[in-house]
Amino acid sequence: MPIKHPNLKLTRLTDAVPAWAGEVAPEYLFEICQQVRDGGGRLVALWGSDVRQQGGGFVLHITLMNESGLVCLNIPLPAERPNYPDISRIFPAANRMQRAAYDLLGLYAHEGHDHRKWLRHGAWHSGSFPLRKDFDAAASLTHEPEDYPFVQVEGQGVHEIPVGPVHAGIIEPGHFRFSIIGERVLRLEQHLGYTHKGIEKRFESMGLQQGAKLAGRVSGDSTVAYAWAYAMAAECISKVTPSSRALWMRALLLERERVANHLGDLGYLGNDVALSFGFAQFWILKEQVLRNNAALFGHRYLMDKIVPGGVTASLDVEGKHIIEQECDMLDEQVRILRNIYDEHAGVQDRFIGTGRVEPKLAAQLGLCGMAGRASAQAWDARVQFACAPYDKLDVKMATYRNGDVAARVIVRFDELFESLRLQREIMVNLVHDNEAPTLLEKLPANGFGIGLVEGWRGEVMVAIHTDAQGNLTRVHPHDPSWQNWPVLEHAVIDNIVPDFPLINKSFNLSYSGQDL
Amino acid sequence: MYQILKQIIKTGIKTETPPQADESMRLTEQRLQQEILDVFGGALSIRQVDAGSCNGCELEIHAVNNAYYNIEGLGIKFVAGPRHADLLLVTGPVSRHMEIALKRTYDATPEPKLVVAIGDCACDGGIFCSDGATGAGENYATCGKVSNVIPVDVAVSGCPPTPVAILQGILTAISAGRNVAQE
Repeated sequence: MPIKHPNLKLTRLTDAVPAWAGEVAPEYLFEICQQVRDGGGRLVALWGSDVRQQGGGFVLHITLMNESGLVCLNIPLPAERPNYPDISRIFPAANRMQRAAYDLLGLYAHEGHDHRKWLRHGAWHSGSFPLRKDFDAAASLTHEPEDYPFVQVEGQGVHEIPVGPVHAGIIEPGHFRFSIIGERVLRLEQHLGYTHKGIEKRFESMGLQQGAKLAGRVSGDSTVAYAWAYAMAAECISKVTPSSRALWMRALLLERERVANHLGDLGYLGNDVALSFGFAQFWILKEQVLRNNAALFGHRYLMDKIVPGGVTASLDVEGKHIIEQECDMLDEQVRILRNIYDEHAGVQDRFIGTGRVEPKLAAQLGLCGMAGRASAQAWDARVQFACAPYDKLDVKMATYRNGDVAARVIVRFDELFESLRLQREIMVNLVHDNEAPTLLEKLPANGFGIGLVEGWRGEVMVAIHTDAQGNLTRVHPHDPSWQNWPVLEHAVIDNIVPDFPLINKSFNLSYSGQDL
Repeated sequence: MYQILKQIIKTGIKTETPPQADESMRLTEQRLQQEILDVFGGALSIRQVDAGSCNGCELEIHAVNNAYYNIEGLGIKFVAGPRHADLLLVTGPVSRHMEIALKRTYDATPEPKLVVAIGDCACDGGIFCSDGATGAGENYATCGKVSNVIPVDVAVSGCPPTPVAILQGILTAISAGRNVAQE
């Protein structure tokens, strides 16, 4: 049992990861959050749901994490005034999640100091809420763009650089407002939500298997992590455990996704410090991984290979041999390239000390995932909450204390090599057979399930709620970028503007994953 | 420096066609170069606009820049702004929050200009739109396919389309020209 509180009764969710759920009144929320925080715990996700048709009001859902596991708090709120106490004073990362919960559902964090809109830019009226079941899209839409009140920095010589939403590179859209003096960044403020495309609403009209496809497209670079987290949540509700072969296969796909993304980012990090050699070399390696994915599994990014109930991919002896050869090749080549990066004075000069997030600040703001581990935040769901088959793999966590671009590069290299080792171990354990996947078609009624997967960027969570007929009534996918975007604002302070692309790439956060 | 040069020499030239489709790919490259020479005088500049995609299509657009597809070797390059672009490569579905930005980017691109929609969502709204199959494709947060917002010359389907398909889409746009083959 991860937390004890007299007004909270937790029940264990049958789940691949240790998770509990319980209902608690809003007045105890603050002290429970404080208790988790004092024990070194973190906020994972915050979302809401509309249960007025079931005779209730609204429910605020908060997932917290400490070393024992996950706790999903359900906080019932009245239909008329769905207010709850602001928790961003305890967990700063809650700020944007709370604002999103207001934009989409009208749940209001009272006593909070920041009530600016977040995911709503003016495409629908303030006061109408898309995730309410009685939302009338036709009557609610507007075409009036609304201004966003950025925080203004004043003083002699201070000026602003607005960047985006359309960026200069091949990147997702978002707006960055820099307040600078000379070349030095005094403040960065992000305004995201440009790729908001109504994913959560879309889930509500989908069947279970179709929803798996959508989950795999919340953030295209993390399709395996999302599909697995979604499947894990569905299997949690159904109390189904996929076959051992399916679980080994899922881990294989997840590690391949991690390798491909780390290779791509390491190439771009070289490119961003004018070592285009790095881009050329790493992207040759990434392309070889993608081509092997296409040849072995039928998709370069492994989309739609993990489904609730199992997997739709298989691997024969020859395929295993190809992966083993690929691992050997990557091991050799990446070692050569790492050596070149390490020895290159120009590269190290740009990497070291740039975009630094001290461990203390990282802990305070809740920095997570790969970027968190580069700032001494030793959390990795594959280690702490090792679901099958990671419980048999003994993952070695990569952590570093410096918190700068160089540290994030080191963690990427270390994780890449660890993923190659894991793939080799998986090859030993993965049995080849032609078993047909046992797909889940329907979920039990009034269920709640949660899935947590350590994707390449950090922990990806998916929560599924079903209605009295067992249909998807609410699905919330949560990206680690929610936690990490605000930390990027701190990482660039006092750096020069030209280093922003480098710092940004060293985090490589998702826009689509947080815009939903 | 020695290590870098050694690695470059050892790597050799990777720009090649996928082994399965060797001949057809070479044909594509040669024709592509000829068409660019004819229409855009030897160089084509592309501005990429993500109008609301999941980032999957962007991964493949990055990949056309790698040594295997080597798009710059064909005289095509990605530029940082619309004002010096000949072609917009747009991924979608177009979110309603990106509608104005996409229109402004289109308006800022000088004539003659071409638009290539990349990916299933840009073609018909894809999985994000409740009526994706018919192309009507809107929900409260999206405008659906790219051609609902700006004129589109060529649409490349796929989730995401392969780098070869993306190259072929660009080729088709150049060879067809505006108003000849709408989508």
